[in-house]
Amino acid sequence: MKTILDKYQLQITIERLAYQLIENYSDLSSLVIIGIQPRGIYLSDKIFEQLKKIVPDKVIPYGKMDITFYRDDIRKELHSPNQTNISFSIEDKNVVLIDDVLYTGRTIRAALDALLAFGRPKKVELCVLINRRYSRQLPIQPDYCGKAIDSLISQKVKVEWDKEHVVLY
Amino acid sequence: MQLSTKHLLGIKDLHLRDIELILSTATQFKEVLQRPIKKVPSLRDTTIVNLFYENSTRTRISFELAEKRLSADTLNFSASGSSVSKGETLLDTVNNILSMKVDMVVMRHSASGAPHFLSKHIPAAIINAGDGINEHPTQALLDAFSIKEKCGSLKGKKIVLVGDIMHSRVALSNIYLLKKAGAEVMVAGPPTLIPKYIREAFDIRVEYNLKKALLWCDVANVLRIQLERQNQVLFSSLREYNLAYGVSRKLLESINKEIVILHPGPVNRGVEIDSDVADSKQSIILQQVENGVAVRMAVLYLLSNKQNFN
Repeated sequence: MKTILDKYQLQITIERLAYQLIENYSDLSSLVIIGIQPRGIYLSDKIFEQLKKIVPDKVIPYGKMDITFYRDDIRKELHSPNQTNISFSIEDKNVVLIDDVLYTGRTIRAALDALLAFGRPKKVELCVLINRRYSRQLPIQPDYCGKAIDSLISQKVKVEWDKEHVVLY
Repeated sequence: MQLSTKHLLGIKDLHLRDIELILSTATQFKEVLQRPIKKVPSLRDTTIVNLFYENSTRTRISFELAEKRLSADTLNFSASGSSVSKGETLLDTVNNILSMKVDMVVMRHSASGAPHFLSKHIPAAIINAGDGINEHPTQALLDAFSIKEKCGSLKGKKIVLVGDIMHSRVALSNIYLLKKAGAEVMVAGPPTLIPKYIREAFDIRVEYNLKKALLWCDVANVLRIQLERQNQVLFSSLREYNLAYGVSRKLLESINKEIVILHPGPVNRGVEIDSDVADSKQSIILQQVENGVAVRMAVLYLLSNKQNFN
């Protein structure tokens, strides 16, 4: 087991990601953030909290999206769906999808499909905490990345929110 | 997460965790139905035939819509206008349809046990959409979903099934489900429409006085008088039935408490339930219909990977 981000590093990484979003969308009026269920929502919760701290006077629409029904491996294994809660329109908005670990890219492919059921966004970007490089099965790359790592297929990246660290098994 | 069964033939064969899985999956499908695009691609590789040997409005439309919302290909078959009138047997009909590469069968039949018979002879997943006087599992599931949505939980709730218990498949499926979920169940109606040994068979309450039943319950599921299945006189007239067992506004006001009213449809207005009750705020009849699509989507989704896909 190897620690990729410890408690302190995790905190400043989340802060940096929040600042990068503000830097890119200076007036924040068209920004919408969506956490991907089940594990991306812990990161999106933290980033959303951070954004509220930095710009308390702005209202940023924040939703959670489940992609279970859009998965491409449904015939291999059925997964339990989680709650989706997007109570605003994403039409013509800049949507930032948030997930914890980017690996094969298949979850994000499903998320892009799922997102279109809610409208036509102006632009979609991807924010991840950990980018596992050289393991993509689809042409998908993050726009905001906490940390890029090189790992073997046999290894597992785990973001443990209760212990506030990221480890590689 | 998997259902323990390959087919949905009845609530009788389900475990409580299967029921809970179907209801929790249905909650997520209900959210899908609120989206601007009310459709997901989950079953786009699946073909489903709706085999209706008996008339239906709600169940049939609800199943068809659920299949379409899941992107499945659908076929509709009704016995009238088909080769059934030329004498083709059920098994032959189904095998011919299946040879055209159909993956799942949704079936309603007037003979109790027809889907069970079919499940022993064909490889496709079968969903019972009502078989004779036996079971109507998806109706019981959507009733449970609607009660949970309105009242929070089924455990400990007092639920009365009113009316034609003898001929109602909705009643039987509801009794199985509610007992498994830990609700208290009562059946109420005229003695001629309540099977004699039902109390012992299911460990439920029986009440012949509607007012007493309503005073006891939190939720009343009012069932349709199934005239098409009654081949003898079981009560003197519809008017007399309405006077003794019809749920009326006056009766509800006299018990002085707010109970939730369900009805599986089609409603015989002025027989088992009066119009002003059916259309009132405490009736959740139309919510039941709305929830029916989400519940059926959940059932189809959860059974869809039970076949041997290559």
